[in-house]
Amino acid sequence: MSKTLVQARINGEEVAFVCEPNQTLLEVLRNTLGLTGTKEGCSNGNCGACNVILDGVLVNSCLVLAVEVAGKSVTTVEGIAGPNGLHPIQQKFLEHAALQCGICTPGFIVAAKALLDHNPHPTEEEARRWLAGNLCRCTGYDKIVRAVLAAAEVLQAAPAT
Amino acid sequence: MQAFEYVAATSVTQAVSLLKERGEQARVLSGGTDLLVQLKEGRRYASLLIDIKPIPEVNELSYSPETGLRIGAAVPCFHLSNQAAIRQAYPGLIDAVALIGGVQIQGRATLGGNLSNASPAADSIPALIVHHAVCDIAGPAGRRELAVERFCTAPGKNALDVGEFLVAIRVPPPPAHFGAAYLRFIPRNEMDIAVVGAAASVTLNKQGDIILSGRIALGAVAPTPLLAEEAGAALAGRPADAEMIEQVARIAQHAARPITDMRGTAAQRKHLAYVLTRRVLEHAIERARTTT
Repeated sequence: MSKTLVQARINGEEVAFVCEPNQTLLEVLRNTLGLTGTKEGCSNGNCGACNVILDGVLVNSCLVLAVEVAGKSVTTVEGIAGPNGLHPIQQKFLEHAALQCGICTPGFIVAAKALLDHNPHPTEEEARRWLAGNLCRCTGYDKIVRAVLAAAEVLQAAPAT
Repeated sequence: MQAFEYVAATSVTQAVSLLKERGEQARVLSGGTDLLVQLKEGRRYASLLIDIKPIPEVNELSYSPETGLRIGAAVPCFHLSNQAAIRQAYPGLIDAVALIGGVQIQGRATLGGNLSNASPAADSIPALIVHHAVCDIAGPAGRRELAVERFCTAPGKNALDVGEFLVAIRVPPPPAHFGAAYLRFIPRNEMDIAVVGAAASVTLNKQGDIILSGRIALGAVAPTPLLAEEAGAALAGRPADAEMIEQVARIAQHAARPITDMRGTAAQRKHLAYVLTRRVLEHAIERARTTT
């Protein structure tokens, strides 16, 4: 199989990489580009640990081929924090202790970012429904939901750039 | 994942000629939420993936009250459920689409893929059937149309010939006083595969008390999603009341021929086919009464 050169915008930067057609975006992010914040959980679309935002849409990077992102824009967990430090979602995850082992955390943070971009004022039910495709096996869902709702309040008061 | 070649097709003609040339070795890639998992797990084999997302026509989503809805085979579920006019006109379809996976699956998964994958338990297919949806298929001999209820032929198998692929799904505009609904049973609130799914549509008279016509379709009770034709025929001309609902639900239950598997027993599925048909019919009638 022939390797393909792919150009894409990742976390705001133009990036070029070479990949095999059967490599997932997740594999390339972690193994080729060194962006190991994105985690591999189930690798079949069930757990959300590998969530990234692709052209504004939340996706599982384990179910996207790397060749499919040519010319597209990808945001990983590394692209969430601003130049002045943590994004309010990340800050609230810390304050609410919304993580235990941490493997699911990048996926939850990316999913929460996509939620608040799409719906800045989610109800608790909307937040829970949106996050239903992310699994936490330390069962920390309540703290996660509280952190996301607290971040929404911060963002309403002072939207992040 | 198994090795394969990848081509980003830019026209329907190119996709058809590649599909014809490579036959069973080639697979169409749309959202990939079923196909990539199947390739990873070795449940399907392909030496070539033909990505149809770069083809403009398969990305089109259009709706007008005169011509109805056209859903390109690569339109993700997420885009469909976000449009108010479509929600209003095709409530049964949106019930089903909104149930398919979490947000991150909805961002990729397509109705074209849900249909082509031909799972007996696919949520969208019974809903498409009760909305009288039609497949727009491209192939070496040109274009053809096929009613959705005739598209699936066996678990994981569909009516596409070598060289053919699904370009779009066309759903006619609903008549006046039309309502539809889809419901499924799963043992939890979200994120699961239907033990049984049921869809119903009805067109009422102006007074809202007589059913002029209707359809019932069931999922996960047969090798393919099932149009319960006798149940649908039994709706026509009947008063929209509890007695009729009870009778039609029993006819639909009779049409169900489920198997026992990890998700449920045949007996449970028979019972669910009855209960869910009753409930979706009630819901569809209620919706038909509140539309103009």
